[in-house]
Amino acid sequence: MAEATRAAAGPAPAAAPTPILDVDGVTLQYKTKEHLITATYRVGFQVYPSDRFVLLGPSGCGKSTLLKGVAGYMKPVEGEMRLKGRGISEPGPDRVMVFQEFDQLLPWKTVRQNITFALINGGRCATGAEADDIARQYIRKVKLDRFEDTYPHMLSGGMKQRVAIARGMAMEPDVLLMDEPFAALDALTRRQMQEELLQLWEDTHFTVLFVTHSIEEACIVGSRILVLSPHPGQVKAELNAHHLGHEDVGGEPFSALQKRIHDMLFADRILEEEAAPHA
Amino acid sequence: MPEHAPAVHLRDEYETTGLGDADTGDVARRLSPWERFSNLNSVRKLTILVSLVVVWELYTRFGGISEYLLPTFSDTGAALFTALWGEHLLYMIWNSVKILLAGYVIGIGIATVLTTLAVATRFGSDLLSTLTAMLNPLPAIALLPMAMLWFGLGADAIVFTLLHSVVWPVALNMHTGFMGVSETQRMVGRNYGLRGIRYVVKLLIPAAFPSILTGMKIGWAYAWRTLIAAELVFGGAVVDTEGTGEGGLGWFIFANQMDLQIPFVFAGLFTVILVGITVENVVFRNLELRTVGRWGMQTI
Repeated sequence: MAEATRAAAGPAPAAAPTPILDVDGVTLQYKTKEHLITATYRVGFQVYPSDRFVLLGPSGCGKSTLLKGVAGYMKPVEGEMRLKGRGISEPGPDRVMVFQEFDQLLPWKTVRQNITFALINGGRCATGAEADDIARQYIRKVKLDRFEDTYPHMLSGGMKQRVAIARGMAMEPDVLLMDEPFAALDALTRRQMQEELLQLWEDTHFTVLFVTHSIEEACIVGSRILVLSPHPGQVKAELNAHHLGHEDVGGEPFSALQKRIHDMLFADRILEEEAAPHA
Repeated sequence: MPEHAPAVHLRDEYETTGLGDADTGDVARRLSPWERFSNLNSVRKLTILVSLVVVWELYTRFGGISEYLLPTFSDTGAALFTALWGEHLLYMIWNSVKILLAGYVIGIGIATVLTTLAVATRFGSDLLSTLTAMLNPLPAIALLPMAMLWFGLGADAIVFTLLHSVVWPVALNMHTGFMGVSETQRMVGRNYGLRGIRYVVKLLIPAAFPSILTGMKIGWAYAWRTLIAAELVFGGAVVDTEGTGEGGLGWFIFANQMDLQIPFVFAGLFTVILVGITVENVVFRNLELRTVGRWGMQTI
């Protein structure tokens, strides 16, 4: 069944020769007080330079856990994750994470200091002046010049996420990890942020690994979408969405892709319900 | 479907034009001077203070109270003035504060080391929780007799006692603060390569600063009470052997009570309160405003 779907998706289009991130048969488990949870089971995918790679799935498919694994906060019990050929063993500034939570900004630092803090401690800048320059440049990119010296608690949710994105981009990581960064925003702001992210991507073509549970967001933001099934997370399909953006929302190809993914995830639920009595 | 009555009451649509031209009056009106005045915390609190002083003065002046039991406010004020300019009270305050600061700073240092150990290792965590649970309920002043045997009759014994009153509340609050730092902020810190002691200093301490500040305030309050008590009870013995011949604030109160200089006893008590208020409302308040208040981590 899994093989058939993979075949239907067709071979990957011509891509850069070597993947920047290689996730190979990764099983991730974590413990709660009473259970050992298998979050993902033998998940594999490759992210190539300049990919906007989306991990998409319903809650419980282990997509956030997978991202934490790539970030180095969790070790896989099986399989391997390699960044530029090197195994991932701990968190590091070559994989910067942008979280969903607004408190990812350090409240005791201003907008600019939040970025310079990352630049200096992450080892990208040796001097404060150099870090200041880079920080200003990225603050301008996310259009927050006027708020450079503002403390995070004075900013709106959308502005906080912009700072977090600027901080992540300023580090110029090999891959930018985004864990549902827009999920806590209102619908209008979310849309605006998706557009801005795409514009930023047009600038520098950075590589981003993006987690979301919204099919629409995946189709808009992603260039390639990894669809995961829940309990435990397993790869259901890898789809292309590089040709779709905001202007395609509501159009035929967009709706078709959306429906295809929807059916994929929905079919899963029916199968699960059918399987339940036998289990 | 015309055969069904619509479930909602249908009305005409409309749009408003020319909103900008309307005269909507003041959008933000300044409060009246009296409202603004009575919104000042300091004004309201000062009113209470002044009323208390007036009641005190009237009661002692016209209530037929012996001046050996309760002197008038004006006598106390005069005594305070005399003591400040004529009897080295300032110097005595400094003597007390000096010892206090020594105990306080060392105490915070020890608390920081203990708490850092507690977040780094399970043993440290067990050690801290056991020690705090055991020693926090023990009033520091109860240790003074032993401290005098161990360290002799001097400032060392008092500093040791003060340490006990500072370390546990500060460590307890610091630990609570560290534990309460959000998972996201911890992950952010590790993402940018913070490990070990840099992780504690650059991430945990500032992130837990509201709790740390609370601990510091409690620690200071305990230490100040302990210090005055120590000087009062063991006043002469402890401080005079220092060779200063002056002693601290507690000693000032103790000595004046022996001489039945009751207005001076009250002046001493007053000074204890004043120093307390100054540190609470000036030192800590400013520290709060400049840190957790400015960072929006706590509403001040």
